[in-house]
Amino acid sequence: MSALSVSLRLILSGDPDLWEIILLSLRVSLFAVLIAALIGMPLGAALAVGRFPGRQVLLVLLNALMGLPPVVVGLVVYLMLSNAGPLGVLQLLYTPTAMIIAQVLLVTPIIAALTRQAVETLNEEYADQLRSLGLSRLGSVPTLLWDGRFALMTALLAGFGRAIAEVGAVIIVGGNINHVTRVMTTTIALETSKGNLSLALALGLILILIALSVNAAVALLGTTAQRTAYV
Amino acid sequence: MFDGKGNGRVQAQSLPLRLRDLRFERGGQRLLDIPALSIAPGEPTLIMGPNGAGKSVLLRLLHGLEAPTSGQVLAGDAPLDEATRRRQAMVFQRPVILRRSVRANLAFALHGRRMSRAEKADRIDALLRMARLSDRAAQSGRSLSGGEQQRLALVRALATEPDVLFLDEPTASLDPGATQAIETLIREASATGTKIVMVTHDPGQARRLGGEVLFLNKGHLVEQTAVEPFLDTPATDAARRFLRGDLLV
Ligand SMILES: Nc1ncnc2c1ncn2[C@@H]1O[C@H](COP(=O)(O)OP(=O)(O)O)[C@@H](O)[C@H]1O
Ligand SMILES: [Mg+2]
Repeated sequence: MSALSVSLRLILSGDPDLWEIILLSLRVSLFAVLIAALIGMPLGAALAVGRFPGRQVLLVLLNALMGLPPVVVGLVVYLMLSNAGPLGVLQLLYTPTAMIIAQVLLVTPIIAALTRQAVETLNEEYADQLRSLGLSRLGSVPTLLWDGRFALMTALLAGFGRAIAEVGAVIIVGGNINHVTRVMTTTIALETSKGNLSLALALGLILILIALSVNAAVALLGTTAQRTAYV
Repeated sequence: MFDGKGNGRVQAQSLPLRLRDLRFERGGQRLLDIPALSIAPGEPTLIMGPNGAGKSVLLRLLHGLEAPTSGQVLAGDAPLDEATRRRQAMVFQRPVILRRSVRANLAFALHGRRMSRAEKADRIDALLRMARLSDRAAQSGRSLSGGEQQRLALVRALATEPDVLFLDEPTASLDPGATQAIETLIREASATGTKIVMVTHDPGQARRLGGEVLFLNKGHLVEQTAVEPFLDTPATDAARRFLRGDLLV
């Protein structure tokens, strides 16, 4: 029997192991994106409208962080959380929480950078008008975030796309422990190396489906924005 | 426009608007150099002059969007401050419409003002009627036509019943019909006590709105004269050439 037909059967039969892995993946990445948004959006907006010392340094740092190899992020989080590390007492290594931390570090720079870009563009158009209506630079941030809502949702989707597809960092800090920290990407890596192609393929298909959905959502957001004359 | 206007309003705080030894420089260039200027309450003040003369910069300084390099902007007898700025409003050449409904655009201008919810709703309804946009209230502001967007921007600026309304070539990109609608709104605002300070390149518009003209050239205030004499018998060569050139275009 071919690996593909077995994998399709796994998906369609609602195999519990498969679903456990999928749901953990979604849980970890959605939570990571939520936290990354809470940090990255205000940070990005502040960088867009603020004129404070160290802004330039932060911008460079942000761009550098965006290009960080996930394996390196995984290694750093590992060193922090390992027994000998500064946060070792928390005993977080090889837990979903550790994976969330790693993904937050990977996704926050993306969301912050995309937010900065969106807010800065909007602010070029809005700044004088908002100032005229009595808002200060910082006071205009909520307006800019709200009026940039479509671009920000795209940023969230981009962050989620990166988080859910990432393998290097979560395999280091999560350890790929069965029923505990096994997510789609790490399972694909492991099962492929063991020669169990049907499970790997089933997860691969789901992952592709998620990636396509994210892209479709981005496209839909774009046309909705156009249609409602939001742009 | 709204009742109660003028009652208990202390115009002295916002007007006259005065410049004292004002200089504004950017990138090593002196863009504006005006030793003295006073803009009194009453009829509209129209700012005219060639492209690049400094008209927009002057409006931005009077509205506190830019700070002078040296010298002072005074409102009444005090330097222009945040409280006085909030009694001013401005309409830009290209209307800046927020990515929200027409109604929400108007509500935005009233945000944080001390009014009850019902008062705000009434005020917004009145503004919608003024702009003849009542039936478009729920629509996205940015789906309106250029003329409608400018009407929206104008009544949004009037929402707080400003003492002074600055307008920077508000009809420059509008057709005659849309221009007429804007001029009507401006005249109404002027009649109810809002001081109009407006940049225009159109002598016909200046004549229609009346008041006085500030003629700027190369960053200098060349003339401050009533509209009719300025247009009919300009005192300076620069103004004569400007009017001739402008009318020929
Ligand atoms: N922020 C700025 N930095 C540098 N130059 C400026 C700035 N704002 C305006 N200028 C220049 O100042 C001159 C006057 O500009 P402006 O007031 O916009 O002219 P206008 O009379 O056509 O409205 C122009 O030469 C313009 O290029
Ligand atoms: Mg101008």
